[in-house]
Amino acid sequence: MRLLSKTIRETGATLLVWGTATSITIPFLWLIGDLLWHGWPQLSLNFVLALPHNAGREGGIGPILVSTGLIVSVCMVVALPIGLGTALFLSEYTRNNHMYGRLIRGSLDVLAGVPSIVFGLFGNAFFCQTLGLGFSILSGGLTLACMVLPILIRTVEESFRAISQDQRLSAAALGISKRATILLILFPAAIPGLLVGCILGLGRAMAETAALIFTSGYVDRMPESLMDSGRALSIHIYDLAMNVAGGNPNAYTTALVLVGLLLTINLFASWIADKWTTLNQLPT
Amino acid sequence: MDYAESTPDIRQAQDHSPAIQSWPPYQSTQLCCEPTAHIRAKNLSIAYHKHSVLQNVDLEINKGCITALVGPSGCGKTSFLMSINRLTDLIPTCRVSGQLHMNEVDILAPTTNLLLLRRQIGMIFQKPTVFPFTIKKNLEIPLREHGIHPKTSLASTIETALQQVGLWDEVKDRLNHPAQALSGGQQQRLCLARALVLAPQILLLDEPCSALDPISSGVVEDLIVSLRGQYSVVIVTHNLAQARRISDHVALFWSVDGVGQLIETGSAQHMFESPQHELTAAYISGARG
Ligand SMILES: Nc1ncnc2c1ncn2[C@@H]1O[C@H](COP(=O)(O)OP(=O)(O)OP(=O)(O)O)[C@@H](O)[C@H]1O
Ligand SMILES: [Mg+2]
Repeated sequence: MRLLSKTIRETGATLLVWGTATSITIPFLWLIGDLLWHGWPQLSLNFVLALPHNAGREGGIGPILVSTGLIVSVCMVVALPIGLGTALFLSEYTRNNHMYGRLIRGSLDVLAGVPSIVFGLFGNAFFCQTLGLGFSILSGGLTLACMVLPILIRTVEESFRAISQDQRLSAAALGISKRATILLILFPAAIPGLLVGCILGLGRAMAETAALIFTSGYVDRMPESLMDSGRALSIHIYDLAMNVAGGNPNAYTTALVLVGLLLTINLFASWIADKWTTLNQLPT
Repeated sequence: MDYAESTPDIRQAQDHSPAIQSWPPYQSTQLCCEPTAHIRAKNLSIAYHKHSVLQNVDLEINKGCITALVGPSGCGKTSFLMSINRLTDLIPTCRVSGQLHMNEVDILAPTTNLLLLRRQIGMIFQKPTVFPFTIKKNLEIPLREHGIHPKTSLASTIETALQQVGLWDEVKDRLNHPAQALSGGQQQRLCLARALVLAPQILLLDEPCSALDPISSGVVEDLIVSLRGQYSVVIVTHNLAQARRISDHVALFWSVDGVGQLIETGSAQHMFESPQHELTAAYISGARG
């Protein structure tokens, strides 16, 4: 009797756990299936390369892909050095309980939780108006940089902290300066973490809508410089789905392209993270 | 090895004492233990978070000798070693006071050039700490960082160092393989080679064999014995039999009321056969610690 009820409870628990896991998977598969169902028919090389026509109902997303690429590039070019420098400062130049370090970490945690629309308004006020960059790819990229910095810094900082203190001690014991230790020993060891941080930031930047609406704008022409306004993929989807009657099919296809890109980036990230852990598990 | 530069002076702002004379390092073919002190600690105390862990140590380490530091866990042996090459500076809460000299150089002086000091005092840790790069790069990094460009090529310097630790024949075909793929004992010998390429005068070994299997441990131990006379070696060991086999001098540390102290020091023969202090006698015979 006891035994039976125990078995029932065990089975119940197992079912519950499986159930919750499945309930997560189903919406994901549904979403992908829905995108494929509605989006796949229009997908072609021409769609990826062509200019949009008739407000995007016809034609392709060529300029939009280019704008997205440029915005994301500006974002990473700006965010990477700043992120790397700050992460190095936090992990190598401040102690855990150091006042200034705590202040920076605290600000980063707050920033990481700020909704992206707030970043968009800030970017509009600061980059577009105060700095006079207007609605441009540059403004959008810089705004995104502000947005991805917190996640980038924390990931990179963690990858520096994950390096055993023994490495720093033995480098110091060889009379190697701190600068050289960072450059020659810590930095190469942290590169995989750095890549993962980048890719996470990149993914976040590519998927962004709210922060770009007020900064890089709507223009769907092929951009000629960073000072041109450019329309990002997510904004194109939003516009087609909400503002353009009959825009749904192309909205689906664009979304399919975006999700495909994001999935590729994420797979790449977890592949690197995997490589990284197996590397670290080598006998030391 | 033939280094082109002149001897760097590790004292930057002390002109009252003579410069370090021996570079390349003291080399002696006769048996070790000239009774000249190479390192002199006087009234040396070490504290973490203002909590003292080692107090009033007076100890002389003789040139060319192997000095074994023994004692139970937590009595401050590692801390003592790390104060000699000022690695304690890397621990923000650590304070070292008293006097510590290498020849005439005041190790604890704030003006001491730490990079040059550490170039002359090599250190090996309990766990082998190879850098996560190739075997060759492990040896190149310290050489390049100290601007040592041997007249003969870099390759032959690396070969000499690896031969010195008996690793050359084992790794000569895979110098470009990751050092982490070596066995623990090989890694420890690589760490030793990495310290030796800088031609130090003093070697600090913190339980260098305790993470190794008996065979590798024996190889490393023989290697340490072969260093006698060329380097002043300070080795921390929990293995009394090992201390007895290889050391010329022994120093017993003991934690008294939570504070480490130097209990007794003397020649290995004295310490193992006619110790003066009752703690030494008890520790040697295995009754305590
Ligand atoms: N970074 C540190 N911060 C605070 N206390 C420390 C630190 N390192 C060592 N201690 C303390 O200092 C004392 C001496 O430590 P130390 O490592 O020098 O001992 P040891 O003789 O080398 O011990 P073992 O034989 O276990 O290696 C210990 O009580 C230890 O807890
Ligand atoms: Mg120790």
